[in-house]
Amino acid sequence: MPVVLENLGKRFGDGAPVLDDVNATIAQGEFVALLGASGCGKSTLLNIMAGLEKPTSGALEVPSDGAAFMFQDASLFPWLTARGNIELALQLADKTSTKASRRERATELLELVHLGGAGDKRPHELSGGMRQRVALARSLAQDRQLLLMDEPFAALDAITRDLLHDELERIWKETGRTIVFVTHNVREAVRLGQRVLLLSSRPGRVVAEWNVTEEHRTDAGRAGELTGVITRRLREEIRRHAK
Amino acid sequence: MPSNPITTEERTLPVTESKEHITSPSLKGNASELRDLEAGLDNLQSDTGRKHGIEWKRVLLPIAALVILILAWQFYVSLGLKRRDQVPGPLDVLNQLVLLWSEGKVQESVWTSLQRGVIGFLISVVIATPVGLILAQVAPLRRAFGPLISGLQVLPSVAWVPAAIIWFGLTDATVYFVVFMGAIPSIINGLISGVDQIPPQYRSVGTVLGANRLQMALQIVLPAALPGYIGGLKQGWAFSWRSLMAAEIIAVGGTIGFGLGSLLDQGRVLSDMAIVMAAILLILAVGILIELLVFGPIEKRLLQRRGLLAGSSR
Repeated sequence: MPVVLENLGKRFGDGAPVLDDVNATIAQGEFVALLGASGCGKSTLLNIMAGLEKPTSGALEVPSDGAAFMFQDASLFPWLTARGNIELALQLADKTSTKASRRERATELLELVHLGGAGDKRPHELSGGMRQRVALARSLAQDRQLLLMDEPFAALDAITRDLLHDELERIWKETGRTIVFVTHNVREAVRLGQRVLLLSSRPGRVVAEWNVTEEHRTDAGRAGELTGVITRRLREEIRRHAK
Repeated sequence: MPSNPITTEERTLPVTESKEHITSPSLKGNASELRDLEAGLDNLQSDTGRKHGIEWKRVLLPIAALVILILAWQFYVSLGLKRRDQVPGPLDVLNQLVLLWSEGKVQESVWTSLQRGVIGFLISVVIATPVGLILAQVAPLRRAFGPLISGLQVLPSVAWVPAAIIWFGLTDATVYFVVFMGAIPSIINGLISGVDQIPPQYRSVGTVLGANRLQMALQIVLPAALPGYIGGLKQGWAFSWRSLMAAEIIAVGGTIGFGLGSLLDQGRVLSDMAIVMAAILLILAVGILIELLVFGPIEKRLLQRRGLLAGSSR
């Protein structure tokens, strides 16, 4: 089931609209990068898609079972182990599941993010990258078709981030999820997305979109070229607010 | 399903590696190399377990402080500035304690008071926890009753003793009532402030994971508020212990048994300072022991498991 956003708008109180007339359609199984400068309402848009906030105008069509969500910080519960965090998500997603089945599924998910040996560690004993992988496993535990990601790798160092890009791509291919990935990093958007949507700032609106083809993925020159084009357009968008 | 299996295939072929991904953001290397890189980073960046043993400083320093205080006390007494029956020395108090022990009064009073204190405290926990959770979760109720609860916490629970004696007479019910009035508000307040300090993100995560109201309260809010809650329990225990002593000192006789407060009052009636000091020291000792044996370890373990202990002077 696709995700459809139609003339979506959002304002907080009497303030200026944060989002205005956002239109987009995201196909099932698609990986879309939502790109924009800081403060353009990307996170608000994601929160609306996740059902955490209500739009003030427009319509929105998301899968009826809701969406899985991955936050910028891992937001793991510190009183639970890595495994416990995943098992809690499994329990909340399916109240009828048995303890044994949750345990088994959590082990699978930990293996999927290459953390088979770290299940009994607590969040504070894990590195930032490992925490994000546990958070990724937790959002997969929700077993929803749509996965929303809010700059999940922004706080990580470069090598860890590159690794997680590979890992996320692999997991996306293995699980066939629909992913909406919010970022302000153009390279990250081009690296991951099949399609890059550029959101303008104040109000947020989809102003441009690019397809990232197979050619871009294998040919470094082409990828660099596209990154350059998108970066220029993004800067133009930011400069509009200089006056 | 996404359809670009080409890259995955190519990544496993080392021949094409050099040609591809020259400046593109994706990593160079085959799958097993990447796996090793990841495992290496994991090992470098995660905490290795620290060794735990008995920390002698933790045991010896308090004992040394105690010895110094007793020496200072003895020194003051041997100066002879006050009459010995008004300010007894450590040895006089010790002798009195031994005497009281042989009469069975120490055992009886400590057991009576401790039993009441613990039972009263546990009942307070059972009452205060759901009330606190409901108040913390339901905004209108909290606005309505919050000030009252805070007020009750400030009100000294001794103030309830006369009322309790009129209502319940000189029975155990009087003692328990006073203990409840002391402990329940402070446990509720501790739980509420613990809930207030929960990072808002935890609730968002709970919502996204599909928790209903009850699950949110029991599986997310309560564990997240646990450090504050334990603080509230500690304070609640302190309040029940204090209220209990106050009640026992004031309400003597009837079917009320012989507790530490009664022992203290007996010392006052007999004008025997050694008994008074012995009773005070016993009350203090019970308080310290409960902290050391019950709350200290629970709190330490809780903070340690959440990685909140680093750098603290505990």
